Amino acid sequence: MRLTRRDTFGLALGAMALTVLPFRANASVEDMIAEFTGGADIGDSGVDLTAPEIAENGNTVPISVDAPGASEILVLAAGNPTPAVATFAFGPLAGSRMASTRIRLAGTQEVIAVAKLEDGSFARTAKTVKVTIGGCGG
Amino acid sequence: MASGVKPRVKVPKSAAAGEVVTLKTLISHPMESGQRKDKDGNVIPRSIINRFTCDFNGQNVIDVKMEPAISTNPYFEFEALVPEAGEFTFTWYDDDGSTYTETKPIEIG
Repeated sequence: MRLTRRDTFGLALGAMALTVLPFRANASVEDMIAEFTGGADIGDSGVDLTAPEIAENGNTVPISVDAPGASEILVLAAGNPTPAVATFAFGPLAGSRMASTRIRLAGTQEVIAVAKLEDGSFARTAKTVKVTIGGCGG
Repeated sequence: MASGVKPRVKVPKSAAAGEVVTLKTLISHPMESGQRKDKDGNVIPRSIINRFTCDFNGQNVIDVKMEPAISTNPYFEFEALVPEAGEFTFTWYDDDGSTYTETKPIEIG
């Protein structure tokens, strides 16, 4: 196949769109994390996120976050139309820095948890959840 | 006010002073995300519970900011420290301004 100038141009546009689009989708997630941390550096350890590897029903996916010594935990679903999920703030009588809930996931995607630790540092973890909306367990 | 909203909480009847207890809460609420469309293609307006708090004798245990990605009938499980006998107050804040409150006493024993 011979590439005309028009083809080349089209290919280039397509390639550009491919590289730009995923970045756009994640930009708001990164913005939200930056807003939460105030631009501080984020460590890798200190927060645990428990989520199923495969969720048959994306309407109710059980997750649990646990970050010893955290004052706040932000949970985001990177692939949802609105990535924010919940922010847990622990008060003086919190028995542990753990909470479980059920969330909605639009499709297979990464769930992100960012914890604000009491010493002022931040920790982040992410877990990919496969979502089979059909519910037939495929 | 969304219809049929009924909070349910599970709190142990008694605990030792200083013990950490697990609390489970569930509230029946449609949690309309604002993303769904009805048969005619009109967006169904968002109507969710946007905040949940739990306090014990006026001191905060947990304060959760909720977004549309929380499932229908929001469920939360967390742990609280019980320093003395008293009462847990659970409050849910609806988008429409209404609040739903449930209280549960706990004894030391």
